[in-house]
Amino acid sequence: MITEFFEYLQMDFALRALVVGVLLAVCASLLGVCLVPKRYSMIGDGLSHVGFGALAVASALGAAPLAVALPVVIIASFLLLRLRENGKIKGDSAIAMISAGALAVGVMIVSLSGSNTDLDGYMFGSLLSVTKADFVTAVVLFPIVIAVFAIFYTQIFAVSHDENFARATGMKANFYNTLLSVLVAVTIVIGMRLMGTLLISALIIFPSISAMRVCRSYFSTIITAVALSVISFLCGMVMSFAISTPIGASIVICNMICFFAMCLLGATVKKKRI
Amino acid sequence: MILNCENVSLSYDGRTVASDINFTVNAGDYLCILGENGSGKTTLINAILGLKKVAGGKLSYGEGVRAQNIGYLPQKQSSNADFPACVREIVRTGFLGKRGFRPYYSKEERERAENVMKTLGISDFAKKSMDELSGGQQKRVLLARALCSAEKLLILDEPTAALDPIVTEELYEMTKKLNHEEKIAVIMVSHDVAAATKYANRILHIKHEQLFFGSTEDYLETELAKAYLGGHGIDH
Repeated sequence: MITEFFEYLQMDFALRALVVGVLLAVCASLLGVCLVPKRYSMIGDGLSHVGFGALAVASALGAAPLAVALPVVIIASFLLLRLRENGKIKGDSAIAMISAGALAVGVMIVSLSGSNTDLDGYMFGSLLSVTKADFVTAVVLFPIVIAVFAIFYTQIFAVSHDENFARATGMKANFYNTLLSVLVAVTIVIGMRLMGTLLISALIIFPSISAMRVCRSYFSTIITAVALSVISFLCGMVMSFAISTPIGASIVICNMICFFAMCLLGATVKKKRI
Repeated sequence: MILNCENVSLSYDGRTVASDINFTVNAGDYLCILGENGSGKTTLINAILGLKKVAGGKLSYGEGVRAQNIGYLPQKQSSNADFPACVREIVRTGFLGKRGFRPYYSKEERERAENVMKTLGISDFAKKSMDELSGGQQKRVLLARALCSAEKLLILDEPTAALDPIVTEELYEMTKKLNHEEKIAVIMVSHDVAAATKYANRILHIKHEQLFFGSTEDYLETELAKAYLGGHGIDH
């Protein structure tokens, strides 16, 4: 079966899916470590719906999908990450509202414009039918996301750990928050084309929440989350190949298995976390 | 001069919580800001830290004093208890204001962080996460972080709230030592009048407006101090 899988990878579409998928798995888990401990888990979900709405609008207008979706999602990401400061509407309800609203707008536009946008593809992704253009975008932008994160990781940690202290000691907290919004938006917009609106948030949340079961430090959480994410992706891809299941769902199942494994491991090393 | 506060007024949610605040902090000073809950103390601290704009008046740092060399010990850490962060990582973030956009830490900073942790007796917990520590140990971690950024001024916002008496005393002694030996000016917010008059050399007492600013000796002579100390005075 292993040889068959490698033969399968000889095919362009499978190899493209592998490369893009691994990069997405790394980016999504990195950002998860920024968002999940701050209780921003649902932001990925909300933003992917905003991305869906924006893509629908773009395709109805005949505009380039990414050129419309990226700025819209960056703005939405910035607003959602800032929500807690204003506090008129609570963060979780605001995300749910924006999420449902954007999804509804997207579906309405798709149905009214009668365009043949592949709704199923947006919902569940189409990792195995990554176009050349999507592939190039992913191979250029994902490494940039990873590099920026690697360079500013101590600062991003400090600002997400204690923003008031960071500001009080003269850090440019707004800059890093904006940077994080952009990284999140880029990852989600490109990621949703691959994994689908419904599954992208799983890719963001699972690896970091699993890593947090067993890790104490931020650094080890990042490394563990990235490793778990890539392993889950690879297992999911093999699984989907071996038993012909949808690839997105297979990856999420593998992430869930990882999560339960980490819970068990965490319980045995006496970490008292939920 | 470290900090000068001239006719400052502060508002919170559009309401004025304090007005006409005038005081100066000089190098080596240990200023205690006293006042009851809701008297505008924390708002004043947030204004000094630049987290909040003053509604009126002027607040200025002395020459060479910038946010980057102020240390700050908040009442409690603002992140969730399960935030994955070990003590060493938290302590080191005290250097980041100074580092600006330069990534990671220098060797010198890493060593200084280790020394500060040793001084405060938290080296053994360097790899633990905050939720594995007691309240007093957590306070010391946050103090260590504050010391990594404090070169000129250390600001402590009710540092002893929720601490037991022994740990409270320890923290006061540590602060006194820093003030004396490292010559770092200290601003401490407190409602513990007895401790304030024991350790600080300057007192600012506010209750929406300034009730007193001056030396601790003068403060002890006021009716205000006598009322707060319940007529028992304090022993030195």
